[in-house]
Amino acid sequence: MNKKLTEKLAPGHSTCAGCGIPAIVRTVLGATEDPIIVASATGCLEVTTTIYPYTAWKVPFIHNAFENAAATMSGVEAAQKILLKKGKIKKKAKLVVFGGDGGTTDIGLQSLSGALERGHDFLYVCYDNGGYMNTGGQRSGATPYGADTETEPAGKESFGKVRQRKDLMEIINGHGLKYLAQASVGNLADLEKKARKALEIEGPTFLLVLQPCTQVWKYPTSQYVNVAKLAVETNFWPLYEIEDGKYKINYINENPKPIEEFLKTQGRFKHLFKNPDNQHVIGEIQRAVEENVARLVKKSQIS
Amino acid sequence: MLNKLYSKSKQEKHLVRALTGGAAAAEALRQIQPDVMAVYPITPQTPIIETFAKMKADGKVNAEIIQVESEHSAMSAVVGAQAAGARTVTATSSQGLALMHEILYIASGLRLPSLMYVSARALSAPINIHGEHGDVMAVRDSGWIQIFAQNAQEVYDLGFIGLKLAEETRFPVMVVMDGFQTSHTTERVELLPDDEIEDFVGVYQPQNFLLNLKNPVSFGPLALQDSYFDFRVDQQKDFLKTKNEFQRICRDFGREFQRHYDFFEEYETKDAKEVIVIMGSVAGTVKEVVDRLREKGKKVGVLAVTLFRPFDYQKIGEKLAHAKRIAVLDRAMSVGAYPPLYTEVVNGVYHATGRKIEVASYTYGLGGRDTFQKQIEKVFADLEKGNISDRVKYLK
Repeated sequence: MNKKLTEKLAPGHSTCAGCGIPAIVRTVLGATEDPIIVASATGCLEVTTTIYPYTAWKVPFIHNAFENAAATMSGVEAAQKILLKKGKIKKKAKLVVFGGDGGTTDIGLQSLSGALERGHDFLYVCYDNGGYMNTGGQRSGATPYGADTETEPAGKESFGKVRQRKDLMEIINGHGLKYLAQASVGNLADLEKKARKALEIEGPTFLLVLQPCTQVWKYPTSQYVNVAKLAVETNFWPLYEIEDGKYKINYINENPKPIEEFLKTQGRFKHLFKNPDNQHVIGEIQRAVEENVARLVKKSQIS
Repeated sequence: MLNKLYSKSKQEKHLVRALTGGAAAAEALRQIQPDVMAVYPITPQTPIIETFAKMKADGKVNAEIIQVESEHSAMSAVVGAQAAGARTVTATSSQGLALMHEILYIASGLRLPSLMYVSARALSAPINIHGEHGDVMAVRDSGWIQIFAQNAQEVYDLGFIGLKLAEETRFPVMVVMDGFQTSHTTERVELLPDDEIEDFVGVYQPQNFLLNLKNPVSFGPLALQDSYFDFRVDQQKDFLKTKNEFQRICRDFGREFQRHYDFFEEYETKDAKEVIVIMGSVAGTVKEVVDRLREKGKKVGVLAVTLFRPFDYQKIGEKLAHAKRIAVLDRAMSVGAYPPLYTEVVNGVYHATGRKIEVASYTYGLGGRDTFQKQIEKVFADLEKGNISDRVKYLK
């Protein structure tokens, strides 16, 4: 394996075959030459990298609990600030937090909101696989409309999730960050550029990164990059950034593929195609995608 | 009473002040000079953090204060800061302590020596902001050392002992005062000089910490069936050892400052036939009653527990072995069971003596209700008469 890639996260972790989390972590951490301290919420990344007595982390790492990664890093940041001031340490490390969508959008939202409002200097990266994958695929506030999950399953009288995802980017943007961006594991060059930018800025920054889950989205393990790319090509997952409140679109497909192209790659949307009664859901997802694109385009033009 | 405790020579250097328990805690924290404090307001703890924040505003402390958005985040930030390598403190009460519950176990499991002042208060529902020990008792299995102060002076002194104990044993420590009765009552407190405290508490030197960039460590791993059990047993073994360290540090403190602490404070217990066991501020009330009854020739005494976790069953049993009858006064309720201190004392007495001593259980002061001397007199009268049953009595 590329030595540079494994400089900070060693290859001896146990993520599933076809999981994009290591690529996200390595790309983000590879975007700086400075020393790094990592915090992680409970979740796939944490359980697969720190099974005692081993650790895949070659940089200082802390896992506290599920909902408090941002508060934990607040403590690390405050400690670093005062110990630098008192001359007890010399070097300043960059601080990066990783959390899944459950640990970020749902249970960890308060902790993250508080930390962002206080203005701690760290980058928070949410790897968004749209559900609680570490516990076997339950719905989260980030699960897309119409998806089949263990706790909101599709069935004779249900087409799966009945609510749209929370718009986490807008929620985070409400905290007045200098920089936040949406990226995808299928577009690593774009992710790296964004991580570099985020890490150079002083104060809190945020990245929301699409991370297809082979286990729960149900697609072949060889396909995670393609599935992530299709999310972008269908405009399900536009690539954009918000810098000082200004929206900038990095990539929206002007001639997007229909959303079916993305949905049909995954078992979690199978019921939408099988059951004719669910056809309307596909239409609704398509409409929501188009509305979101129109909204982002408008915002980018205004700003 | 206090005069007995201090030698003349040292006393000259001491500064006597009128302070509330909360202000005494803040003064102790100033002298400890923590690197980081993470806090969230809650009555009756808030005066501690307000006083500390003012000290920072006036340039008297060089610390980062993180004004978090909940106690859950306060304890989470404490874990982060302490793991990073900073001397870290916090304070809380009641619902706040309950909200921290999950992370208390993590702070202990990760062996992070933070200091927390607790202004003990009742838990909801119904909501009540006044003193009792229900909040502290609810976290007694969390792996935190629990030290109970009777008054503002003890709040002050036990802060230094607690911090040193934490940093030398790598376990977190909570120093507990009774909400309002101690936290908001102004008392005479003898302060100690800054430089002597600096010498006593020393410089915090973490063994493994995140900011040691040359030696990266992973905190908070996943431990499975092959190791989790062993971690817990190791934690238990090490935690029990902190009893000896507590005594050693108390002795050092006593030698240095002529104020003496131990697992328990024994007051007129040597030849006592009837003994009350208690923790916290009401111990003072019991001492008053003991003095009065002693004047009447009654052989009564009080044993006030200072170190509740870890609990020394053997020692308390030995101390109480000669007593004929004992009453344990709990300021907490264990719904569906005997109260916590009672259970420990019965265990200790049986453990040490192997015989059944009559031990009565009383619950007092829930939700801040006052406990009067006449109620304590009644307890001693019950003991004398042998008016003891298995039933928990309420000093309402």
